[in-house]
Amino acid sequence: MKAFTYERAQSAEAAVKAATATPAAKFIAGGTNLLDLMKLEIEQPQHLIDVGRLPMAAVEDTADGGLKIGAMASNSHAAADPRVRQRYPLLSEAIVAGGSPQLRNKASVGGNLMQRTRCAYFYDTSKPCNKRQPGAGCAALEGLNRNAAIFGASHACIATHPSDMAVALAALDARVETLSPTGQARSFPILELHRLPAERPEMDTHLVPGELITAVVLPPPPKGAQVYRKVRDRASYAGGLASIAVAGPNVALGMVAHKPWRAVDAEAALAAGATPAEAMARELDGASSAGRNDFKIALVARLGAAALAEAKGERT
Amino acid sequence: MSSVHDWEAPNPVKTNRSGLIGKAVDRYEGPLKVTGTAPYAYEVEPPSPAAYGVLVTSTVARGRIVAADTAAAEAAPGVLLVWTPFTVPAQAERPAVTDFWSASADPALEDDRVRYFGQAVGLVVADTLENATAAAKLVAFSYEQEPAQLVFDQHLGEARDPPGESDVRVGDFEAAFAAAPVTLEGTWKTPLQNHCQMEPCATTAWWEGDKLTVHTSVQMVRRTQQGLALTLQIPKENVRLLTRYIGGGFGGKGSSYEDLTLAALAARALDRPVKIALTRQQMMTVTIHRPATVMDVKLGATPDGRLTAMSLITTTHCNRRGTFTEHASNFARSLYAAPNRLTGHRLVKLDLPHAGAMRAPGEASGMLSLEVAMDELAEKLGMDPIQLRILNEPEVDPETGKPFSIRQLVRCMKEGAQLFGWDRRLPTPGQVRDGRWLVGFGMAAAIRGNFLLPARCSFFVDAEGVITVRQGMTDIGTGTYTVLAQIAAETLGVPLGAVRVEIGDSELPPAPGSGGQFGAATAGSAALDAGMNLRKAIAELAVADAGSPLFGGRPDQVTFQDGVVAIENRSERLGDLIRRAAPDGLTAQGEIRPAADARNWSQHTYGAHFCEVGVDPVTGETRMRRMLGVFAAGRILNWKTARSQLTGGMIWGVASALTEGNAIDPRYGSLINQDLASYLVPVQADIGELDAIMLDEVDDKANPMGIKGVGELGISGAGAAVANAIYNACGVRVRDYPITPDKLLAGLMAKGM
Repeated sequence: MKAFTYERAQSAEAAVKAATATPAAKFIAGGTNLLDLMKLEIEQPQHLIDVGRLPMAAVEDTADGGLKIGAMASNSHAAADPRVRQRYPLLSEAIVAGGSPQLRNKASVGGNLMQRTRCAYFYDTSKPCNKRQPGAGCAALEGLNRNAAIFGASHACIATHPSDMAVALAALDARVETLSPTGQARSFPILELHRLPAERPEMDTHLVPGELITAVVLPPPPKGAQVYRKVRDRASYAGGLASIAVAGPNVALGMVAHKPWRAVDAEAALAAGATPAEAMARELDGASSAGRNDFKIALVARLGAAALAEAKGERT
Repeated sequence: MSSVHDWEAPNPVKTNRSGLIGKAVDRYEGPLKVTGTAPYAYEVEPPSPAAYGVLVTSTVARGRIVAADTAAAEAAPGVLLVWTPFTVPAQAERPAVTDFWSASADPALEDDRVRYFGQAVGLVVADTLENATAAAKLVAFSYEQEPAQLVFDQHLGEARDPPGESDVRVGDFEAAFAAAPVTLEGTWKTPLQNHCQMEPCATTAWWEGDKLTVHTSVQMVRRTQQGLALTLQIPKENVRLLTRYIGGGFGGKGSSYEDLTLAALAARALDRPVKIALTRQQMMTVTIHRPATVMDVKLGATPDGRLTAMSLITTTHCNRRGTFTEHASNFARSLYAAPNRLTGHRLVKLDLPHAGAMRAPGEASGMLSLEVAMDELAEKLGMDPIQLRILNEPEVDPETGKPFSIRQLVRCMKEGAQLFGWDRRLPTPGQVRDGRWLVGFGMAAAIRGNFLLPARCSFFVDAEGVITVRQGMTDIGTGTYTVLAQIAAETLGVPLGAVRVEIGDSELPPAPGSGGQFGAATAGSAALDAGMNLRKAIAELAVADAGSPLFGGRPDQVTFQDGVVAIENRSERLGDLIRRAAPDGLTAQGEIRPAADARNWSQHTYGAHFCEVGVDPVTGETRMRRMLGVFAAGRILNWKTARSQLTGGMIWGVASALTEGNAIDPRYGSLINQDLASYLVPVQADIGELDAIMLDEVDDKANPMGIKGVGELGISGAGAAVANAIYNACGVRVRDYPITPDKLLAGLMAKGM
């Protein structure tokens, strides 16, 4: 770990101001991912701005019947909130499917969205990785890429986004609220937060430097059943091989792309009367694999069909 | 030399008058560990502030270091020393031939050769761990790369008999297999596994004049201490090695690594204590691993289920420079009767890190093949798998013809079947559903050898009547401290609270250490002998002391109980006697050696595993729901520590079946899983209901206490029970471990599921 300076931000405004004033600064909240990456020198911030104690941890009702979850709410707190459990059980299930209890107690909702890929080649600093070192190349492309993306990958990066929570938020049409370095607040759909790798895999999100996530806002839950299913090698504390979130007519897939993947083709097919299996087949028309992750296409087809059937109340 | 008949005589452990033997006594050092106050090697406070060393590892798999640029590292903040193979101080040369049981020089950074990816090639020492870590990244090596052999599967054709070994044949296997009415043939594969001890290898070293003190984390005290002295070319009495608390060993700390040698060298060079710990990533390559195997099994049987031919040939790998062989076929030599037998091993040399011993070397991998093959054969024969095993239960060792010291395998299977509810298993796969899960039962046998090695021990009683056990033994989390205390308390008739245990120090009477599940029997038998000698000394003291109520009695009539020495109704407290008659205390020595005729018996520990799994036929996920092991392993010293060892082994078996293993990236020779987030050992949620039951047993041929080891028995066969349960649940056999969702999914899809 490289030496760094540290400050505890007194307000969100002060935090974003500090982020622009100091070069190579990073926000830290729970630190459950950032500190690991700093120990391996994958992240080398010169300055940490601790936003973890900012008063943005509340879960509040919104006027339209939705919920606003403060970015500094812990994952555990968000998952346990009775309103979340009652109206957005999908979100609660997705959150508890991620990490371990210890991690969820420490990790913030905002930090969950900002966690970086678990691609083994991103972690192994002896290997080329465009995400770690732009232009270095991608060791995963021809490597042991069992967990690589099947949607939206590029020749520069086939990493996936590891969050469970974000998959549920994508299916729930959540919005992200941020404070920009100029002091400007903005709000946008969660699907506009993360980006596909294209030529710039070093950029995980569309946030501008110094922009701070302040809240996640859920609209009223869509009509219909909510289902979250995650497939993983180990029953807990394991990144998923694939996951699916179903919220009424909305379908999102996890661990299959550089971002939470909204399955719009499947949704359209379902709306047009397709069976769950047909809808998943439609979505997977656009999938491609890189060798060792070939199985993920079949896995997502089967998982998706089962989850969609479950949402329709059919026995799987 | 003693014989096993001498061991059949009564002694306090067998008589167990206080009932301490077998009792579920809490761990002696437990409070220290759970309160974080047991100082592990890296946490030991040296006499003056330590400097911190960090290793630099190679980034190619094979070649030569042509240059090392250390300028940037040397200029980095806080850096005190940077060493490469070009600048490391002189050490003894590595002998051409080494054997595991003898100490030998193990020079660090010994030459410019790179023999595997992740080999230690440099050291940076700085004032803080952070500065050393940062500077270690600045050392730049230039390599002349050479073509490396990295992919085991691609080099199977180069497999040769391991040095000095050849196949073991009984009867005519080929002819019998060819003539067998029913045959089963298959190839099973197991992956490379890493030990993943919670505590990494670590050393704190300092010098006082020409005397070196090292606190390190190793399983073997004496051999490591002597090896270090040889490496440093100093008298062995100038090296004191301590290893008081060890956060897991599993065979991986049977050897020592560069942290030990380099900490000693750097502390000398800097005239300052030095601490070095391997990082989690370095643990994967700088230490040893369990090598991958490819196992070919052939079984021939009569239609009524009698084995006529049995063969298990294992191919495995080790580093080009090594000779370690994963003896995954050995267990099969004693397990089932079959008149025609062929077992053996093949070894492939690769440019991978060193293969070595990991918990139940041989059995842990080997039983994953034969015990599944037996399940498959049972199905082919239309028999219950337990019935097939009982039918092939041998009267005597099927290879050597020697009698078994004791063998309760059938009882393990029968009692286990009853307790587990085996009769509820439906032989046809895929018949039981629970929600989205297909549910299946599987079982497998367990066998693991039992060993006894030479050891010494001393006992001391002080004027308070407190017994101190002293032995250069280790406790790698197994319960050594605790069982030694129990043996001492039972032998001297004192409460457990009146026993102190000092182990993990090269200045104490030597014991071979922990490994091969020989620890409790070996260390404990020497302790019993020391205890008996101390009893004798105390008894003689009492009857010769005019101030003692026992004065004038016969020493062999003295009894020891509740801290009191007595002859019938004449008694006094042990502490009172010692305080008066031997105020400086009394010491007695003890030792154990294998009996001259110990090898006249085929001696093993046995068990049977029963497992219930759920398989999600949509996703290929498997979850262990319920598992029971029934074991026969001699007299049990401590119900709690023994059971914990057995269930721990079973959990590892579940991991071997379902999640655990590492893979080599063939382009680099590096391992893909480098931390505990990616190298998947089970978490709490992976393990359902789990229990281990230990049958009443005494093995008088094993040692004077009639005990045997349990540390490796639990893992032996456990994974095969899981694999068999998967088949019973969903009808798919995956012979390439671990049985991960992707592999099971392929099988399910191939079956049209």
